[in-house]
Amino acid sequence: MSEGPVFALVDCNSFYASCERVFRPDLAKVPVVVLSNNDGCVIARSYDAKPFVKMGEPYFQIKDKLQQLGIVAFSSNYALYGDMSQRVMSVIESLVPAVEVYSIDEAFADLRGVPGPEALGRKIRNQVLRSTGIPVGVGIARTKTLAKLANHTAKRLQAQTGGVVDICEQFKRDWVLRNTDVAEVWGVGRRMKAHLDEMGIKTAMDLAKADPWTLRKRFSVVIEKTARELAGTSCLELDEPDPPKQEICCSRMFGKRLQELPAIKEAVATYMMRASEKLRAQHSLCKKVRVSIRTGMFNAAEAQYANGVVVDLPYPTDDVRVLTQAATDAVESVFRPGFKYSKAEVMLLSLCQPGEFTEDLFARSQPGDATKVMSVLDAINSRWGRGTLRVASVPATPEWAMRRNLMSQSYTTRLDQLWRIHCH
Amino acid sequence: MSFSLQGPLVEGGALLPLCLFKIPAGFPSPAADHIEQQISLDEVLNIRAPHVYLASISGDSMQGAGIFDGDLAVVDRSMEAAHGHIVVALLNNEPVCKRLCLRGSEVILLSENPKYPPRYILEGDELAIWGIVTSTVRSHV
Repeated sequence: MSEGPVFALVDCNSFYASCERVFRPDLAKVPVVVLSNNDGCVIARSYDAKPFVKMGEPYFQIKDKLQQLGIVAFSSNYALYGDMSQRVMSVIESLVPAVEVYSIDEAFADLRGVPGPEALGRKIRNQVLRSTGIPVGVGIARTKTLAKLANHTAKRLQAQTGGVVDICEQFKRDWVLRNTDVAEVWGVGRRMKAHLDEMGIKTAMDLAKADPWTLRKRFSVVIEKTARELAGTSCLELDEPDPPKQEICCSRMFGKRLQELPAIKEAVATYMMRASEKLRAQHSLCKKVRVSIRTGMFNAAEAQYANGVVVDLPYPTDDVRVLTQAATDAVESVFRPGFKYSKAEVMLLSLCQPGEFTEDLFARSQPGDATKVMSVLDAINSRWGRGTLRVASVPATPEWAMRRNLMSQSYTTRLDQLWRIHCH
Repeated sequence: MSFSLQGPLVEGGALLPLCLFKIPAGFPSPAADHIEQQISLDEVLNIRAPHVYLASISGDSMQGAGIFDGDLAVVDRSMEAAHGHIVVALLNNEPVCKRLCLRGSEVILLSENPKYPPRYILEGDELAIWGIVTSTVRSHV
């Protein structure tokens, strides 16, 4: 094994659909699609559903077609996907020196100095499949961008490659670069693809050979790095954990249109509860809150209205009671009767770390008691489940909750919904 | 069942000391130095491992093995199935809990209740082993 960095990208195949199949062996050969929040549109398809269903197709339009073709649809079950994701990542972590969990269904691994990376890739694939039932593809290369391409190839040529492709050797790398459209390269979006097209850059190989300095001058340092990575020079390391976010947002469509202020206030209080949990999880305080509501925007026959307002808080805070009060007051000020509202959004702005903001001598700061109350709240909800302890304006089972009519059981995260095994 | 647990199953609160005793007022317990280790049921059952799952049993065909209706089964997906193991098998895509019997080239799923005959796996049957039942938990209240 030669020196230098080696990365693997492990990517779950049709992750959400695969999760739905783990506890439904009867669906092993039945095409499966998963729907977005509110059962709106298709967000995931099993391999065998892809020829029949496009990403993003609205469910109500294809309901009959799915039934005719025998394709099974599920509401998104994030409790299940989150738990299965954690299992997949734990198996990967047990097999390699360092891992960066890149998304719910992808992880980069650092294989520098590991003898026989391709054999290790197959081992990862086998053990993840065996431990979780989730099939994964593994791409191995000298840089993260190349590992992503190798992974793409592993999926495209599943039968020939067994789901594992190692392109550390130059002739393999060159073959993949020549046979991949530049649009498939990590970080090349539709607009960049159009620009590159004008410059005569069609394949990944063309981009690898393009002059990095020209790319930097014309576009950005990001695409320059991409080109260097394709040419084999590693510019991206395994990431350290994300820095704390500068703003936190929680926004959702209601399960049905809402016309009355009390129900909208409930929704806003509920979104604020979630947003403030995220705020405390990253140990930040927030100085401003923005709340907005809107009607549906696509139906021209309906009266349309959208409005939002920013509120200053009395002091930098992570106290859900203060935040909820501010948010419900705010929504009251933008609410206009007579409209059918479809969505609300809560944003926490001007985030700071405790101690980072300059306190002038007379400015109020969050009382110490509030900080204690919040830590007890978080401890209770982490032990007994989200929403166990909540501010009174958040209902247990709201009438405006998301529609998830096709939800599978939470097989791995609720004792009352475990998989049933028959003894008969 | 009336109680529900949200989120991934997390580690239980307190570890139990291996021997418990009342602490006498005044004198320190002479046994305090003799507690050998702390026990966690999570560890005993290994339910924290990514390849271990909980399932609920329904039916009476495994009574002879001490597995009853409503029991909680701890299922390990990573172990190699061998003759004599109690397995969660997918028989023609239906999950069943049986004892695996390998006799020469024959594969048989055995029940542990005389009411249920052995199920011989025939040509045309589809059989996959989903996991191995490593323990079961029964509530007596």
